[in-house]
Amino acid sequence: MTRALIRPGRGLGYWGQVLGTHAALLAYTAFATFPIVLVIINSFKERRAIFRSPYALPDADTFSLVGYQTVLAGSRFEYYFLNSFIVTAVSLALILLVSSMAAHALAEYQFRGNALMALYLAIGIMIPIRLGTVSILRIMVALGLTDTLWALILVYTAQGIPLAVFILSVFMRQVPRDLKDAARIDGASEYRIYGLILPLVRPALGTVAVFNMIPIWNDLWFPLVLASSERSKTVILGAQIFLGQYVNDWNAVLASLTLAMVPIIILYAIFSRQLIRGLTQGAVK
Amino acid sequence: MVFLAPATLIYTAFMIYPLLDSLRLSMFAPGPDRTEVFVGFGNYVRMVTDPTWSWHLWNAVKNNFVFFAVHMFVQNPIGLFLAALLSSQITRFAAVFRTVLFLPTVLSIVLVGFIWRLILSPLWGISEDALGLIGLADLNRPWLGLESTALVTLSFVSVWQWVGMPMLLFLAALVGIPDELVEAARVDGANAWQVFWRIKFPLILPTVGIVGVLTFVSNFNAFDLIYTTQRATAGPNFATDIMGTFFFRTFFGVQLQPGNPTMGATVAGFMFLIILAGVLLYLFAYQRRLQRIEL
Repeated sequence: MTRALIRPGRGLGYWGQVLGTHAALLAYTAFATFPIVLVIINSFKERRAIFRSPYALPDADTFSLVGYQTVLAGSRFEYYFLNSFIVTAVSLALILLVSSMAAHALAEYQFRGNALMALYLAIGIMIPIRLGTVSILRIMVALGLTDTLWALILVYTAQGIPLAVFILSVFMRQVPRDLKDAARIDGASEYRIYGLILPLVRPALGTVAVFNMIPIWNDLWFPLVLASSERSKTVILGAQIFLGQYVNDWNAVLASLTLAMVPIIILYAIFSRQLIRGLTQGAVK
Repeated sequence: MVFLAPATLIYTAFMIYPLLDSLRLSMFAPGPDRTEVFVGFGNYVRMVTDPTWSWHLWNAVKNNFVFFAVHMFVQNPIGLFLAALLSSQITRFAAVFRTVLFLPTVLSIVLVGFIWRLILSPLWGISEDALGLIGLADLNRPWLGLESTALVTLSFVSVWQWVGMPMLLFLAALVGIPDELVEAARVDGANAWQVFWRIKFPLILPTVGIVGVLTFVSNFNAFDLIYTTQRATAGPNFATDIMGTFFFRTFFGVQLQPGNPTMGATVAGFMFLIILAGVLLYLFAYQRRLQRIEL
């Protein structure tokens, strides 16, 4: 009796449970992916087929790239992609650099106000930077940075710092003291010690990077407010405006949605393991 | 100190200062000759007493609480349910399921908004076919076009996208529970249902609180989905207006209504108060109760 409870027998109940669990997961997976798949397959069809047989794969009769032709002719997506890439990459690099330096200071040196400083830098974890938008726009106007990528980079860096410092200082405190003291005895400068610690917290740096990458790439608010000109548009803002203009051209809408999604889906397929591990680790800390 | 300076500088200049300055601006009003005059809490008073403002404010607050309620009571339970299934020992290909289920969360809200606009469009008829599958085709409506259904429909679209987040957080917590505890309960004759609710769920209560407060903050800061699908006017007839869209409209103006930065800052001030209240409630009420339980 007890044995059956410790190790559930492979009876009908057990297989029922296995079946039920997987059926529920499969059903939800279908629900989560169906809209995405539907958009992608219909982007390769001619207009009538989109409406007549939305669930069919494109065949020789219905295959058409007219939507893609409209998108490539009517917008400069490759240029927007470049903008998004620059903003995301530079912001991430800055966040990692300045946050790791600050975290190193907080973890390594016992000075007066250390705890206070850590608290000050942590306030921003819970308060959305969006609430300061009115003032941020004024600052950017005063600095002459509106409609430049720098406006976005500075805001995203400020936004990323609080959580990054918090996560990195947790990890840096775990680096053994002896290691740093040994380096000091060998005459290493404080900068050298920071350089020694950095590779030791590489997983934490990865976590911080994945935490910030998606929100920065996907943000609509700040590009809309700070950098809506043609030369500073990010891909998300570009897609938003393009989709708004072509809203009745189903081929163009489906094609541009696919163009904007597929690179992300491919990147996600490659890096999903690191991404999910990073997100869960950061969340547990 | 050299190490602390860059981060502190950028963070102070572009986050803390704007937040404080925005609160300061919310106490000013446009005066003559493009100057701004100090009015104290005048804007806040006006916002709650002047019917042309207060109707929009309370409408946005109410809608935002509906938006939050759908996330709290639909998204988070589904996330917990999926996490429980994924953490089960009998589940095969858990990593594959986890990856695919998280996919909508990495997509941009703009894309998700447009995808669902197409799916729900009466022109395409996908939602009618889907309802037809369960024999309810007659119930189909222009979900985003009706005042009565638009807000809840968009809340569900948002749930569809973000459910991966609570799922991952709950999954991390569930996987962290020591096997011995579960085994001990099994030996004592508990079934899977009892093990989950009596053993596992109490152990992940801290995560439940974190998920709750994160949901609250992000919901009261939401903007993209409504803006993408219903424009800044949050139609039909402001039925989908939430704090984020109300803030944007007030600050930037829309159509015939000119933008008003100081009133915009006032709306941000209200958002700040609501979010602060939520976070403090979590920190003091929820966490303190958890500590008592642990003792």
